[in-house]
Amino acid sequence: MVNLSINGMQVKVPEGTTILEAAKQQNFRIPTLCHHDDLCVAGNCRVCVVEQLGGKALLAACATPVSEGMQILTNSLKVRSARKHVIELLLSEHNADCTKCYKNGKCELQDLSNEFAVGDHLLIDLINIKDYTIDRFSPSIQKDDSKCIRCQRCVRTCEQLQGVNALTVAHKGDHQKISTFEDLSMAEVICTNCGQCINRCPTGALVERTYLDEVWDAILDPSKHVVVQTAPAVRVGLGEELGLKPGNRVTGQMVSALKRLGFDSVLDTDFTADLTIMEEGTELLTRLKQALVDKDPNVALPLTTSCSPGWIKFIEHAFPEFLPNVSTCKSPQQMFGALAKTYYPQVRKLDPKDVVSVSIMPCTAKKYEANRPEMRSSGYKDVDYVLTTRELARMIKQAGVDFNKLSEDKYDSIMGASTGAAVIFGATGGVMEAALRTAYELITGREVPFEGLNITPVRGMEGVRMASVMIEDCKEEWSFLNGVELKCAVAHGLVNARQLMDGVKSGEVNVHFIEVMACPGGCLGGGGQPIPTNEKIRKKRTEAIYAEDMSMEIRKSHENPEVIGIYKEFLGEPLGHKSHELLHTHYTERVRY
Amino acid sequence: METIIENELVRELANKHGRTRESLIPILQDLVVSNRYLSKQDMIDVARELDISAADVFGTATFYTFLDTEVRGKYIIRICKTISCAMKGKNDILATIEDILKVRLGETTPDRKFSLLEANCIGWCHKAPAMLINDTPYTELTPEKVTEILREYIKK
Amino acid sequence: MKDTHVKRVDLIFEATECRDVLEKVMKMDPDDICQEVLESDLKGRGGAGFPTGLKWRFTSQEKEPVKYIVCNADEGEPGTFKDREILDQVPGKVFCGMAIAGRAVGAKNGYVYLRGEYKFLIPKLNEYLDKFHKLMDELNHNFHIHIRLGSGAYICGEESALFESIEGKRGEPRNKPPYPTVSGLFGKPTTINNVETLVHTVMIMQYGAAHFKELGTKDSRGSKVFSISGDTPKAGIYELELGMSVDEFVGEFGDGDTKAVQVGGASGFCVPRKKFEETIIGFEGVPTGGSMKLFNSTRSMYNVLHNYLDFFTEESCGQCTPCRVGCQQLLKGVEAVKRGDKNSKYLDELVKLAKTMKRASKCGLGQSVGNAFGSIVENFKEEIIY
Repeated sequence: MVNLSINGMQVKVPEGTTILEAAKQQNFRIPTLCHHDDLCVAGNCRVCVVEQLGGKALLAACATPVSEGMQILTNSLKVRSARKHVIELLLSEHNADCTKCYKNGKCELQDLSNEFAVGDHLLIDLINIKDYTIDRFSPSIQKDDSKCIRCQRCVRTCEQLQGVNALTVAHKGDHQKISTFEDLSMAEVICTNCGQCINRCPTGALVERTYLDEVWDAILDPSKHVVVQTAPAVRVGLGEELGLKPGNRVTGQMVSALKRLGFDSVLDTDFTADLTIMEEGTELLTRLKQALVDKDPNVALPLTTSCSPGWIKFIEHAFPEFLPNVSTCKSPQQMFGALAKTYYPQVRKLDPKDVVSVSIMPCTAKKYEANRPEMRSSGYKDVDYVLTTRELARMIKQAGVDFNKLSEDKYDSIMGASTGAAVIFGATGGVMEAALRTAYELITGREVPFEGLNITPVRGMEGVRMASVMIEDCKEEWSFLNGVELKCAVAHGLVNARQLMDGVKSGEVNVHFIEVMACPGGCLGGGGQPIPTNEKIRKKRTEAIYAEDMSMEIRKSHENPEVIGIYKEFLGEPLGHKSHELLHTHYTERVRY
Repeated sequence: METIIENELVRELANKHGRTRESLIPILQDLVVSNRYLSKQDMIDVARELDISAADVFGTATFYTFLDTEVRGKYIIRICKTISCAMKGKNDILATIEDILKVRLGETTPDRKFSLLEANCIGWCHKAPAMLINDTPYTELTPEKVTEILREYIKK
Repeated sequence: MKDTHVKRVDLIFEATECRDVLEKVMKMDPDDICQEVLESDLKGRGGAGFPTGLKWRFTSQEKEPVKYIVCNADEGEPGTFKDREILDQVPGKVFCGMAIAGRAVGAKNGYVYLRGEYKFLIPKLNEYLDKFHKLMDELNHNFHIHIRLGSGAYICGEESALFESIEGKRGEPRNKPPYPTVSGLFGKPTTINNVETLVHTVMIMQYGAAHFKELGTKDSRGSKVFSISGDTPKAGIYELELGMSVDEFVGEFGDGDTKAVQVGGASGFCVPRKKFEETIIGFEGVPTGGSMKLFNSTRSMYNVLHNYLDFFTEESCGQCTPCRVGCQQLLKGVEAVKRGDKNSKYLDELVKLAKTMKRASKCGLGQSVGNAFGSIVENFKEEIIY
């Protein structure tokens, strides 16, 4: 243990504790900018500098470990003067036109300059003198260099959390900036659009491309019939944008709000999540049959999930040799979109060209996904606009809806019914669990041998998790699976996906089925979810997802009555001709960089 | 599958220096010796060879002034602009070279033979003004001396 | 030389039989080697002035078996060119110093980080390195030296940035602690010394600590190699005893009209004529890595300051706010004052900003910009404003 004093108060902390942490324990909050709970220490913004009595230089509290007998002052004259200068310096190279910025009111630099009552800018405005780029080419992410404070959180996120390495620090001196390979647009490099960088950017330098105005235009156009779908993870995150604590389930209120915004039909992505399980489950069993019965040496196993567009783009760039292993199923969002402009108008007797399909996603990569050229199986753009959870909250505020006073409402039909299996798609391990609940029952006629249908081995926050289920006493037609240990792997966060795929490549990892979610925590930690994010917050959202699962009447995808209905009336059977046409897709190999 | 065209030079350099992160800068340095700058394709190939990201290669290269990622000529002239050389007539030298080569500071001649750049203190302050042409230092420069030096290079 | 305190010394460039020194050192206990260097009071000759013996002792005390000796040959401080001369004339002594350090701390490998601008020295260095390795074989001593080149980045002269560069990354200084003696190159305990410092250790092991202490002052023992340029009829490299005053120095090297002396390069201090007598060149006054620049009355100190600020603005690694933005603000600031866009009071604000840079920057570069800025603005304010 180390003894030190902070602002005159004695503190005792374990060796290795930083001054920042030690101060927190004594209830002194030292301001920071480049520091983030999810990331390694940087120590470059110098906002957190503190004074050590007897020392010449100020110390970065986030990067300096405590030492015996240290006497730290967190708010001395020297500290205040330095901190104010640092903020002023940052503002001098920052586009401080806050009224026009998407992050107005939610910007950490704004908060700091407010806190320190930075008044007239004495320093010279560097923004007007220098060149800076605003990159709007990606359909998912906007990068505005004039607002970058070079904290490098985005670079560390892309490197350590995601292992994608699309962003780097480039050049030096007054030309130093956060950039990509050859200063290309984010749209031209390996960026997977996962948006984790957006979640951690303290300013408006990295934000999602927004489509609010387009959606309002559609809603307010009397000739358009606007349907909206909501992803599982949105309902456990939306509350945070509207004044609630993390972990609140606001499903009913969200539906109510959406109706008040003027959407013609409020439907649920969870419906097509259940549909995905039917299609993908059948796909898995088909491949297993090819492997075990036909002994086909070319069958692509392991099968990997395909609902995470960040994961899809990642594998297209980094592991194109494994594209045959990816399920041909579209994501629930895209399945919904295809049906929204074929099945839905057919039942509702509408002209598909008048249907506008909008989705609310915890995800920024979904914006890219909706724009993929192959996502037009309906003959129209299957999903017209994707909004993030954050954008939805903004719409709710714009419409003057008092969210917290709303009473709960139910989804519309015909694509609004869902199950517990569908809602857990929002958490890492959820797709795997939903698939197992259905596949196991399909094969054996019995429920999965886990209490309450909660397959805990696939749950949790470890980056890569392995689980297996022994298959025995199968139904006649699945007898070839008797005695097979169905092995599964789950990864979340692309850095873990990379590790897993390296294992598959080398032969170390030998499984049948892999679920990958690009974002840490799964979709509930997605690039479109409320900011801030950290492990504690993601844990709370996870608990909410599983609580929502337990609260659902139906817990298994194959029991969803609307799913049963759509096969009977429209699709025929899983992997049938119509399914292939509307619900399945193909992928594109991309450059390594 | 993407057709990967073999980059023989990069392969050779990786064999020479190794394929760890530590090998990156020596490889880039040798690439610059051969090609006078780092092309987009070369950086992509180095990244693949070392199993690191292309962004990382770019970010590292652009940090170092001599690891140019812009096209440069066969002979890169770097005139020192730090105080001692500035005091001793570096501007005259610069003007002379601009006049002879018909390029401005920062530019490369159309035949890609010469690039004219400035550098910070190259360590010849007592014999200022000084410059480097590739790795060779030239000191105690006068407009006449520089004219002669360039003439030799133009002949090459 | 005239009869002043400017005393010429000839130790660094003296021909030394390295074999003899090494044979002697290899028989010594590593701790005794550290002790000898410690007793000599030798301080680092790169500019920072850390006691060399202490650095060696700290490194030797680390339990980690893998350790490194690094020779910092990234001489980039404007006005410093003495390491180039040392490497050109007596490279064997530099390698010898590294081997001595290796024995003292327990390192089997050494790296020489040579700035890219000195690449033309490589053939000669390789030739002497071959001879050195042969000598190591003959003496049955396990110590291998590798040479690594820089590529045009002043900041790589900073110790942790230098490690980052050898490791194949951007030369961005690290957070400290941990310090190099605990975690340096590749995360291992590392002793990093300037070229000249290493040659001094050879001379100390040859002639003893007491001999070294005969020169210089209590706080600045020994001799130092100076690189002198600017308005002087005697530009060049000189090994001189430490401890002379700037006045004595100017008396020897000035051109009769010396207005100011920049001691320590762009990161050093500008000493005006009125302070020549009271300023000692040494660790008790203004320290230097060797760079000495003389300016006569024809020079504009505004141009000098502008040149230094332009240099720092370009060479800053860009990581930390005070340095990256501060340098630009100082540069643009003095330009604005000169143009008349800002009044002279703005200079006072900039001096305060420079103080913040000194206290809050992540590394020595940002911390030192204020030295030249403060001393030139304080002593030559009229030249900045008018």
